[in-house]
Amino acid sequence: MTTTAAYQVSHLDALEAESIFVLREVVAEMERPVLLFSGGKDSIVMLWLAQKAFAPANIPFPVLHVDTGHNFPEVLAYRDQRVAELGLQLVVASVPEALASGLVRESADGMRNRIQTPVLLAAVEQHRFDALFGGARRDEEKARAKERVFSFRDEFGQWDPKNQRPELWSLYNGRHQPGESIRAFPLSNWTELDVWHYIARERIEAPSIYYAHEREVIERDGMLYAVNEFIRPRAGEERFKARVRYRTVGDASCTAAVRSDADTVAKVIAEVAATRITERGATRGDDRVSEAAMEDRKREGYF
Amino acid sequence: MTTETTAEVGAEAASARPMDLLRFATAGSVDDGKSTLIGRLLYDTRSLFTDQLAAVEAVSAARGDEYTNLALLTDGLRAEREQGITIDVAYRYFATPRRKFIIADTPGHIQYTRNMVTGASTADLALILVDARKGLVEQSRRHAFLCSLLRVPHLVLCVNKMDLVDWSREVYERIADEFTAFAAKLDVPDLTVVPVSALHGDNIVSRSEKMPWYEGPSLLHHLERVHIASDRNLVDVRFPVQYVIRPQSTTVTDYRGYAGQVASGVLKPDDEVMVLPSGFTSRIAAVETADGPVPEAFPPMSVTVRLTDEIDISRGDMICRPNNAPAVAQDIEAMVCWMDETRPLQLGGRYVIKHTTRSARAIVRGLHYRLDINSLHRDESAGELRLNEIGRVRFRTMVPLLVDEYRRNRTTGGFVVIDETTNRTVGAGMIVEAG
Ligand SMILES: Nc1nc2c(ncn2[C@@H]2O[C@H](COP(=O)(O)OP(=O)(O)OP(=O)(O)O)[C@@H](O)[C@H]2O)c(=O)[nH]1
Ligand SMILES: [Mg+2]
Repeated sequence: MTTTAAYQVSHLDALEAESIFVLREVVAEMERPVLLFSGGKDSIVMLWLAQKAFAPANIPFPVLHVDTGHNFPEVLAYRDQRVAELGLQLVVASVPEALASGLVRESADGMRNRIQTPVLLAAVEQHRFDALFGGARRDEEKARAKERVFSFRDEFGQWDPKNQRPELWSLYNGRHQPGESIRAFPLSNWTELDVWHYIARERIEAPSIYYAHEREVIERDGMLYAVNEFIRPRAGEERFKARVRYRTVGDASCTAAVRSDADTVAKVIAEVAATRITERGATRGDDRVSEAAMEDRKREGYF
Repeated sequence: MTTETTAEVGAEAASARPMDLLRFATAGSVDDGKSTLIGRLLYDTRSLFTDQLAAVEAVSAARGDEYTNLALLTDGLRAEREQGITIDVAYRYFATPRRKFIIADTPGHIQYTRNMVTGASTADLALILVDARKGLVEQSRRHAFLCSLLRVPHLVLCVNKMDLVDWSREVYERIADEFTAFAAKLDVPDLTVVPVSALHGDNIVSRSEKMPWYEGPSLLHHLERVHIASDRNLVDVRFPVQYVIRPQSTTVTDYRGYAGQVASGVLKPDDEVMVLPSGFTSRIAAVETADGPVPEAFPPMSVTVRLTDEIDISRGDMICRPNNAPAVAQDIEAMVCWMDETRPLQLGGRYVIKHTTRSARAIVRGLHYRLDINSLHRDESAGELRLNEIGRVRFRTMVPLLVDEYRRNRTTGGFVVIDETTNRTVGAGMIVEAG
């Protein structure tokens, strides 16, 4: 036998292999999986991995976009382009439609993060999806750091963090009653830096807003928000031009940009490696509401 | 935290040089300092982000803590912060120029032992913490025993809170000796002992000046260098078929590939293979990934195997070698750790066993004994296994499983027990023998 040193894989290869294993497990064991696809970097990488997991066959499940109505046009265009390239079925769970039909009501602060949960759950129920692939990573946030790869949700889509199923080795238990479901997180063990290294290695195209560009912004709560149809300057807030990029892509009314000159993947990697602020801390108004904002949203059925 | 060093660490970590990955878990009794130690490790390797640290400082200050409670970095759930204990595993990530690390910080409280087992099951190494003032307690022994049962290949005993025993060499040596004696009765292939203070950072990232009598490396030094490459089994070819890829397409026709993750061994084109449970033999035509064929596949690669013959293979089957195959067994002897608080494991109980990519209904046919964690005494009169109890159990399965002894193969030797009425995972099994 050759020396063991020869049989080594890099950490990115190990992460890729684990994610592909999770994708295949879900498809093999669940009846109606769907992949949550927002056009954000994590869902892009997850979709890429799905393509690899089933090649040369096509991806054997549809994708679901929870559309808050507050979108970055570049990201929507990217979503449609990927869906067309891969010949996927796209299901859109639309918050504006849910507002019109009365399923949800606009919250007082105008943020749609919380109200997208019922819209997601309604789509899951309507299409009888029993497994949802999410691109959440454990390094993103302290409540996410606690979640299983296969996360059981009751018939109300709720997560019970104090009563999670034991999850040993790579034996994932996806059993559930009708109406209950599983959220599966293939990227659980990836970090933001891993995602960017992988985007570079695989030469994955990402929406342009992830790279440095000039934008008209305002500063609010110490963060830079793009001025657009959802964010208007308030009294005392001044518009100015800045060179920025987005580290996360979420609802356009509560996702902020960061100052950056990183206009290539290599520069983004260098920037992410050197940054001292987490991606959600730097860019998400919705997480600043309280210490346990994410845990509370997840309990209600959020991704 | 100085900015120069931060940039240095960052720049190193950013290099695309392939790094290997070490997964480690914490273990030990409640309040022995596991979460604090992880917080310290992250802090001293400058792996923390300023907003994370600021959030933890603010919470600590608001609660009137005298110092920033670094345990809050992993105790992220509302209930954990209210109760001041860890309830479920937190996964954290950091890298040094030498390695990437995945940490599972597990709870010490006995009620949450199943979460500790979850975290330790995938670990290459476990850190067992002991409070120097208290010495070994039942829960330290239970966790050490579980680590050996799970065959975590490397153990590190951290004698913690050395600051509270005046950095005493004598205290340290007494605990180290006691633990070493206990470990000798278990199956512990590699044990290292380090005296530390998680709170103050002694011997965590760099050697402490408080304990000149200790001549070993700091904890991080050990984590960066412990040799894990030979922990894998590269001898026994085991490829559990996960999914059959058959494109329904006009461009790719007659394609049939068996997708899975290599559990052990090395697979190469032209190798003669046997497929279980059918026993048919064939040759490997190609080992493929989405990026094209590869010359060989080994753990932990996820690949697609194609064979030269058209044989009927489905999920749950296993590709191995004709002269080196797992047992095809319906009678399974295993050490079982019970994880359900509502219903104990009982003789005649019916469950589902999930093993590799195969599931089977199973009946408990025998409970040979229950183990006393402290004395390792076997109670042969036990009639059931309750929450957190460990015993040797015989199952009879409805369909054969393709199994190896757990000590030889962590993937083909481990299984979980599922209660079909609640769908909960209620037990973890490690195969001792199959017949
Ligand atoms: N003096 C001193 N106190 C410590 C040390 N390490 C931890 N502590 C304290 O011990 C208490 C418990 O620490 P944790 O880190 O929460 O303990 P744990 O092992 O994670 O507990 P569980 O996860 O609930 O099992 C906290 O008040 C810590 O500040 C140490 O080295 N010296
Ligand atoms: Mg803890």
